[in-house]
Amino acid sequence: MIALCSKVFQALIEKMATSESASLSKTVKQHYMDLSQGDKVQAMYIWIDGTGEGLRCKTRTLDSEPKNIDDLPEWNFDGSSTYQSEGSNSDMYLIPAAMFRDPFRKDPNKLVLCEVLKYNRKPTETNLRLMCKKIMEMVENQVPWFGMEQEYTILGTDGHPFGWPSNGFPGPQGPYYCGVGADKAYGRDIVEAHYRACLYAGVMICGTNAEVMPAQWEFQVGPCEGINMGDHLWAARFILHRVCEDFGVVASFDPKPIPGNWNGAGCHTNFSTKEMREDGGLRGIEDSIEKLGRRHCYHIRAYDPKGGLDNARRLTGHHETSNIHEFSAGVANRGASIRIPRSVGQDKKGYFEDRRPSANCDPYAVTEALIRTCLLSEEGEEPKEYSK
Amino acid sequence: KISRISRCFITNKMAMSASAELSKAVKQQYMELPQGDKVQVMYVWIDGTGEGLRCKTRTLDSEPKSIEELPEWNFDGSSTYQSEGSNSDMYLIPSAMFRDPFRKDPNKLVLCEVLKYNHKPAETNLRLTCKKVMDLVENQVPWFGMEQEYTILGTDGHPFGWPNNGFPGPQGPYYCGVGSDKAYGRDIVEAHYRACLYAGVMICGTNAEVMPAQWEFQVGPCEGINMGDHLWVARFILHRVCEDFGVVASFDPKPIPGNWNGAGCHTNFSTKEMREEGGLKAIEESIERLGKRHSYHIRAYDPKGGLDNARRLTGHHETSNIHEFSAGVANRGASIRIPRTVGQEKKGYFEDRRPSANCDPYAVTEALIRTCLLSEEGDEPVDY
Repeated sequence: MIALCSKVFQALIEKMATSESASLSKTVKQHYMDLSQGDKVQAMYIWIDGTGEGLRCKTRTLDSEPKNIDDLPEWNFDGSSTYQSEGSNSDMYLIPAAMFRDPFRKDPNKLVLCEVLKYNRKPTETNLRLMCKKIMEMVENQVPWFGMEQEYTILGTDGHPFGWPSNGFPGPQGPYYCGVGADKAYGRDIVEAHYRACLYAGVMICGTNAEVMPAQWEFQVGPCEGINMGDHLWAARFILHRVCEDFGVVASFDPKPIPGNWNGAGCHTNFSTKEMREDGGLRGIEDSIEKLGRRHCYHIRAYDPKGGLDNARRLTGHHETSNIHEFSAGVANRGASIRIPRSVGQDKKGYFEDRRPSANCDPYAVTEALIRTCLLSEEGEEPKEYSK
Repeated sequence: KISRISRCFITNKMAMSASAELSKAVKQQYMELPQGDKVQVMYVWIDGTGEGLRCKTRTLDSEPKSIEELPEWNFDGSSTYQSEGSNSDMYLIPSAMFRDPFRKDPNKLVLCEVLKYNHKPAETNLRLTCKKVMDLVENQVPWFGMEQEYTILGTDGHPFGWPNNGFPGPQGPYYCGVGSDKAYGRDIVEAHYRACLYAGVMICGTNAEVMPAQWEFQVGPCEGINMGDHLWVARFILHRVCEDFGVVASFDPKPIPGNWNGAGCHTNFSTKEMREEGGLKAIEESIERLGKRHSYHIRAYDPKGGLDNARRLTGHHETSNIHEFSAGVANRGASIRIPRTVGQEKKGYFEDRRPSANCDPYAVTEALIRTCLLSEEGDEPVDY
């Protein structure tokens, strides 16, 4: 009986492919997390590493609660261990950029999203925030709003989508999008936990839904003005990785995790200006779409961390995507590069949706490109340099 | 019955201790019982290996407010590699008191020095001499910060979270990583951080390290003798936390041979002079003296006179080579690293990257004072 149970449970454990960390006692942990910390505050500094997709974090103790970003000191780290520098000249700077409440350690502790500077205080290759912020400041008076729809896939530690049969595939797509039930929704606990954690942290999360592929989900962040879009999306991604870590699974932003007849994962970006949101704004929307149509390659390069190579696996023209080689736009058309929501077509004002960005895009790069092309009317293959 | 078997099986497969499986709810019932005025004091000391920690508890009739209120005690040194059975009594002298994060207030943890039957310090009581040396240079206000690296192991001795009979993907994504494919065992780190803050240990940060299941915490800035006291207590708390979770903390400097990082205890050091304007000059002078006494320090920087560090200080994996002394700004392959900010501001501190994870912080801090501030030279310490 014991031997049989052992075999059953061994199979279950291997089948589940959750991390060993996940089986550490949470009751034991709770005892420690309940201990008072006096006036000391833990601030977790977060940054984007040399891949442009990976996030890193480390913590320091502060003597009192920081009230705003200016209360947080600069820091540094070993860039040779994050694909960002050589060991012989490895110090890199962390500059606090956006502060959030910490949903893991709770108040008064903080999460701090940082920019990374090289030893000579110039931005690193993957610090795309610096330039994005400059661009956003130039068009502040146009009040640009963004909303990004972050799709992702939950994987086991074996790299296979969570809940999928070990050596195989679930039934074909159809019943899973916005589904309910254990045969339709795989891993909802993660989504629920992530949503609450983001709300606590102060991230502008505005919704969630199950996606077309089983174990694939989406959350939306916005509306965010200017630089906040990138800050809030990166913080939401970090929180997702941490929540998945606690559950013992992995969140993947790969744009095409399973080849074949399975949906990819994107980061549809909704965009509007004050003008577009006001009466007759459809005209501003159509102008922008026209400008985008003339600069398709520039945007494709900006919309994933590999200059378009990642998206090439996803933007096939099938599975609710447009083809990577062609630019198109249309009302309520999910097979187009740009979709104008039907209500916007009717109200003649609102926003539009750029469906091209991949799930692993850098939101700073995406939002910057939209401003450059649509509001600064840039053309051609290169970004324009603005002095001061 | 089935759920008990399944938990048991999960525990065995996951290589966590049987103790970890005991009901925490049952334990909580007992820990909530009031204790009246009685106080539990856990005396903690370093055993004969110079690395291992031991502890035992006594009841006091009221809460001790300071170290002076704690009585001396004794223990059986023949059971801790410290004496013969025929003459085994050894003395425990309370040295530093902390709040107890396991039993909570008003209970205490007390770090102790060990004296032999004749009241002379035990061989591994390096605190006594360290304190004397620190007293000599009190006016220079020496500050230390130590970066303690360690590896979490299962009870099978294999790193926690690693596949049973194999290895994870190569190093690269784990340093400061997030996600269950990058960070192995964060619960332990979180619990330890909070426990240290509660206890009053000067823990100033944590991060995931380059090898998966390897972590680091930093203690400091501590003045003088406090560095050793706070680091030893932080280590004790780590062992106790890991015990609660059913895993093991290892301070072995090279737990996995080959292309996997070792574990060190980088030691940051400064004096009042170094921290003030133009302090870089004093930093450079200290480094010069250290350069002339490399072997002396190597002997002080692990509990086996350099043998442990020989497995770690290879010149690869962000270490310097054990046979050569070097120094450089922002250079993690050197024996001494001057942080870039210090190079720019011309004042601050420097980092000695040679001490191994299982070093005795009393020995390390004492050596730095002797060479840099007391200007000692040669292979032997000076007798003051």
